[in-house]
Amino acid sequence: MLSKRIIPCLDVHEGKTTKGVKFKNNVEIGDPVEMARFYYEAGADEIVFYDITASYQKRGIMIDVVRRVAETIFIPFSVGGGIRTVADMRTVLLAGAEKISVNSAAVRNPDIISQGAKAFGNQCVVLGMDVKRVGKSRKIPSGYEIVINGGRTFIGIDALQWAIKAQDLGAGEICLNSIDADGTTDGYELTLTALISENVDIPVIASGGAGKPEHLSDVLTTGKADAALIASMVHYGTYSISEIKKFLDSRAIKVRKTW
Amino acid sequence: MIAIIDYDAGNLTSVARAVTYMGFTCSVTSNSAEIERSERIIFPGVGAAGSAMQSLKRMGLDKIIASEFRKGKPILGICLGTQIIMGHSEENRVACLGLIDGSVRAFPPNIQSERGGCLKIPHMGWNRIHVRNPHPLLEGVDPAAEFYFVHSYYPDPSDPDDIVATTHYGISFASVIGLKNLVATQFHPEKSGRPGLDILKNFCRWKPLC
Repeated sequence: MLSKRIIPCLDVHEGKTTKGVKFKNNVEIGDPVEMARFYYEAGADEIVFYDITASYQKRGIMIDVVRRVAETIFIPFSVGGGIRTVADMRTVLLAGAEKISVNSAAVRNPDIISQGAKAFGNQCVVLGMDVKRVGKSRKIPSGYEIVINGGRTFIGIDALQWAIKAQDLGAGEICLNSIDADGTTDGYELTLTALISENVDIPVIASGGAGKPEHLSDVLTTGKADAALIASMVHYGTYSISEIKKFLDSRAIKVRKTW
Repeated sequence: MIAIIDYDAGNLTSVARAVTYMGFTCSVTSNSAEIERSERIIFPGVGAAGSAMQSLKRMGLDKIIASEFRKGKPILGICLGTQIIMGHSEENRVACLGLIDGSVRAFPPNIQSERGGCLKIPHMGWNRIHVRNPHPLLEGVDPAAEFYFVHSYYPDPSDPDDIVATTHYGISFASVIGLKNLVATQFHPEKSGRPGLDILKNFCRWKPLC
């Protein structure tokens, strides 16, 4: 049986790791290469990097950070932010990333998912979704809407319909981020996570809101997620990955315990 | 020097980085003379069996790998490389190198987990291995260690003696196989943390007895 993956997420802005609340007021908290190494040694199963300003300011992602991370850690890591073309994907993969995450660019041009899957395999293409609860309507039947440009722009796309479409186009995984929960440390958006997980066949990584180990056990059981993204709860030293895994293990959730 | 065979099958830099990190010298190469001069060979790969076999044949590497195997040079297959050394693959229904007898099979559709519910394909993530026939490659590796897998097909050797370790994912499949101077993992040791690096180190020091 596969272990549930615990994935620290590093938001990178101009080469530094930052953290915000609900996508705003980001403060600098460290060097991404050092932090990646620290989490690797602490038992992270994977690491996610987002170049959070890339898509907004329309600049390329920091290949140099990716290259240095790849020389330092020997677990899978994915990189997102500002990836718009197959050429962008190739650059990031050759720098050493295992997966690339597309978000706003895939909403504007869904073909990038199928092109990326064809060129590098489905397992390389992660669909990043930033989602906000808006209430059910004729246009948004699930009650959850996709937001692009780092949480800035609504474009009238239903989150569930988009997840299914992206899977059909060849996305190998979904990283599902709730903007309502992001940075609050009040827990993941369980309803949203279960809704998407139950309706796609590809793995779903839950993101946004983790504040204590109970939140992870909730989203990996009730939320039916395959993996859980964490940030604040480990970035500030509140919990270690090993403490989180011990807790999950005590709740009979299968996690990787040796590293 | 360790030759990491380059045949346009995915990103091979991660294997090279891991080998270098462990203190060994390697070269990512498709040059037959360089492969023949090397002390050992790593045969990695990500992608589909059909196009991989086409590339190997076009580059003349299929014959080189087979002849280096017969010479007794240590060879490590990884992921797609592990599938290509088998006789035949169900993926693209293609004849492969045939260094180990047997086929490469697809995970059956709708395989069930122990708790019920459909398992997702590809088998992607961390899973354990269960040793069937002890091998120097796995020496010193914690039995509880997990390894990183990404695949939809798995090797199925005809001779159970060629199975070094198995992994359970709905079904039990061979995740490490070996014959003489050839050993191969379905998982990615270069992406499996310290236990994976230990496996690469074991390979880089391995002196096959044949």
